[in-house]
Amino acid sequence: MTQRTSPPHHSAVVDVGEHQTIPLWRDIRVIQAGAQIIFAIAVIAVLFVLVNNILNGLAAIGQSPTLDFWQRPIGINFNEGPGISSTDTTWQAFLVGLINTLRAVSVGLVLATILGIFVGIALLTPNWLVRNITQTYVEIFRNTPLLVQLIFFYQGVFRALPQIRNAATMPGPVYLSNRGLVIPAFHPTEVFPLWLLYLVVGFVTAGFLWYVRGRFQTETGQPGYQMRYALLAIIGFAVLGWLAVGNVPWTVELPSPVMRELPTGDMVIQRIEGGETISPEYAALVVGLVLYTAAFIGEIVRAGIQAVSHGQIEAARALGLTYGQTLQLVVLPQALRVIIPPLGNQYLNLAKNSSLAIAIAFADVFAISRTIINQSGQTIVPFMTVMLTYLAMSLIISAVMNWLNQSLKLKER
Amino acid sequence: MLRNRRSLLVLVTALLALSLFSGALVVSGQEQSTLDLVRDRGRLICGVNQELFGFGYLDPETSEITGFDVEFCRAFAVAIFGEASSDTLELSPQTAQTRLPAVATGEVDVLVRNTTWTLSRDTEAGLDFGPTNFYDGQSIMVRAGEGLETWEDLDGATICTTTGTTTEKNITDQMDERGLTYELLQFESTADTNSAFMDGRCDVQTSDRSQLEALRAASPDPAAYYVWPTTFSKEPLGPVYRQNDSQWADVINWTVFGMIQAEELGIDSSNVDDFLRQDGESDDDYIARVGAQVARVLDADLGLGGLLGLNNDFMVEVLRQVGNYGEVYERYFAADGPLPIERGPNELWLNGGLIYAPAWR
Repeated sequence: MTQRTSPPHHSAVVDVGEHQTIPLWRDIRVIQAGAQIIFAIAVIAVLFVLVNNILNGLAAIGQSPTLDFWQRPIGINFNEGPGISSTDTTWQAFLVGLINTLRAVSVGLVLATILGIFVGIALLTPNWLVRNITQTYVEIFRNTPLLVQLIFFYQGVFRALPQIRNAATMPGPVYLSNRGLVIPAFHPTEVFPLWLLYLVVGFVTAGFLWYVRGRFQTETGQPGYQMRYALLAIIGFAVLGWLAVGNVPWTVELPSPVMRELPTGDMVIQRIEGGETISPEYAALVVGLVLYTAAFIGEIVRAGIQAVSHGQIEAARALGLTYGQTLQLVVLPQALRVIIPPLGNQYLNLAKNSSLAIAIAFADVFAISRTIINQSGQTIVPFMTVMLTYLAMSLIISAVMNWLNQSLKLKER
Repeated sequence: MLRNRRSLLVLVTALLALSLFSGALVVSGQEQSTLDLVRDRGRLICGVNQELFGFGYLDPETSEITGFDVEFCRAFAVAIFGEASSDTLELSPQTAQTRLPAVATGEVDVLVRNTTWTLSRDTEAGLDFGPTNFYDGQSIMVRAGEGLETWEDLDGATICTTTGTTTEKNITDQMDERGLTYELLQFESTADTNSAFMDGRCDVQTSDRSQLEALRAASPDPAAYYVWPTTFSKEPLGPVYRQNDSQWADVINWTVFGMIQAEELGIDSSNVDDFLRQDGESDDDYIARVGAQVARVLDADLGLGGLLGLNNDFMVEVLRQVGNYGEVYERYFAADGPLPIERGPNELWLNGGLIYAPAWR
């Protein structure tokens, strides 16, 4: 439409625009930009006043934030994870706490995902018993608070195990008591890295074979036996590497009980030396986080599977695929697109919920920070550090899940 | 658009004013003495323990917090308001973790919660400490009959302690000095630490001796546990208040000293009326009858309470309603009571102990 044919009302407005410029204070773009600038300044000013107020208040009660305390010795000693001794600095203690958190979160994420997938499938299985047992599990764990569950697992399960003097001995040798589960420890020898190299080559070969056999299967329609080829490659290179490096790549340290004589003359186990200890605190935290989160992930997986159009499943069955193959090749790949975004939320929840470890004496990053706060008298700095740590952890998990989401998204061409 | 802009401006101005105003509030709060603050509020907020039998313990039957430390809270409320009721005294239960920030931020006016006086707390945490009302020391509790009676027996032991206390540092020092191996497990509350010890998660529970004795006494079978008679740290426990508030410090300190002074003078809750001035008795007659020291503590004219900003005779009500130091001690730690603790260092200085009040004149 041209200027000439437009209604007179419109052309009048245009005329004004052509002949005189709009003053700045009435230009909508200037007003909008100006309002935003004013608002931003106001927000910064308010924040500045508030922070300044906090700092003044803290200075008035002699608690000005400093960073000196990070270099001071922590003065206590604990064994969880890498452990810390009293001469280590506060900063090292914080890092050990962080490592402990990551130990719990990483294992928790993997186990919760695996269990959650099985739960989701079991919720839809035609098998009445399995479906109802799973349903009961999901409802119980989804509808009770995690803190209650954690304390239950710690005090009611792992601390109710036999006392150390009556520790249950299992073949292995493995010792189980309410001081934890002690299993044989593997110590890598100096040829271990070399052997690891063989193993990596084995995995690369396995991946290559998987791809090649997959192509073979799709092109010829003959079974490709991908799994067999891949496993054979990994095991083959592992054994080859073992023979080639000329030495055992690791040594096994067996745990052994240390006995002590009571005044009555009885000999009892005092502690277990050597081996790797899984503490009851760690076990309770991981079990609690996994069972709680897997109940939610199970529901997400169920919803994801149900979101796949039923025609897809019928088509797969019509092609002669088994129930397992239908799930693996048709349903799960499509369900994944629906599952990934809410799954990321559950991962974030698990990571943040790990801070409840403080209730069961697990030395995670938050528990250690509380000790640091008490030892140093500084509150703000350790708390900010903890918050930034959790923030970083959550952002990393979010970033990974977003990337996964992007790469699995339906490609529109 | 114009309306939006206007409301935006109003909002910004309001926010600015609010933040400036709150800043002003905090600053003025800093300058006001806690004594005036407490008087304006009409109520003293005293931080206490609610888990430690004998010191500060929430009695499950009466739902009231009672104990040795709580008596001092009551004494402070009586000294300021003349009575300790639910109106004039609020007991605020604090954990080992929350107690020091609660004082530093002014959430509680004074803290009497078996808190050890240490140099770093006195300097770094923004606190000042009042006179020690209980001399304690850290000790060890083990299961009886396990033969864990010396430090060497503890080699390889698992030790449970409560985080947020000085005990975790003390036990570390002791074990490290002797080159002993051990595993330290830290719990959030004394109740958690104790239940872990009772379950056999650890061989040893370590804390202040008084606390261990209290836990042992409250356990289902006290004979099954053994508390070492020795102590290995100085744990002077006393009231804590915010630093640099001299007037408030004086009120707290001299109330405690007054209770000690009264025991020294032989004045207790049952006989305090005998030491008061009778109607029409002149200064000279009164002093001749009870002595100048008693008059300076108890009398409405000759008493020195006014110098603290309190009534001259504030100690009369404190003694009537709470009692002197020895009385309060016997109320909770008597030899025939549920929690017998020998007075030992907590005897008056006259009897060879450490309990001593400066001159009341």
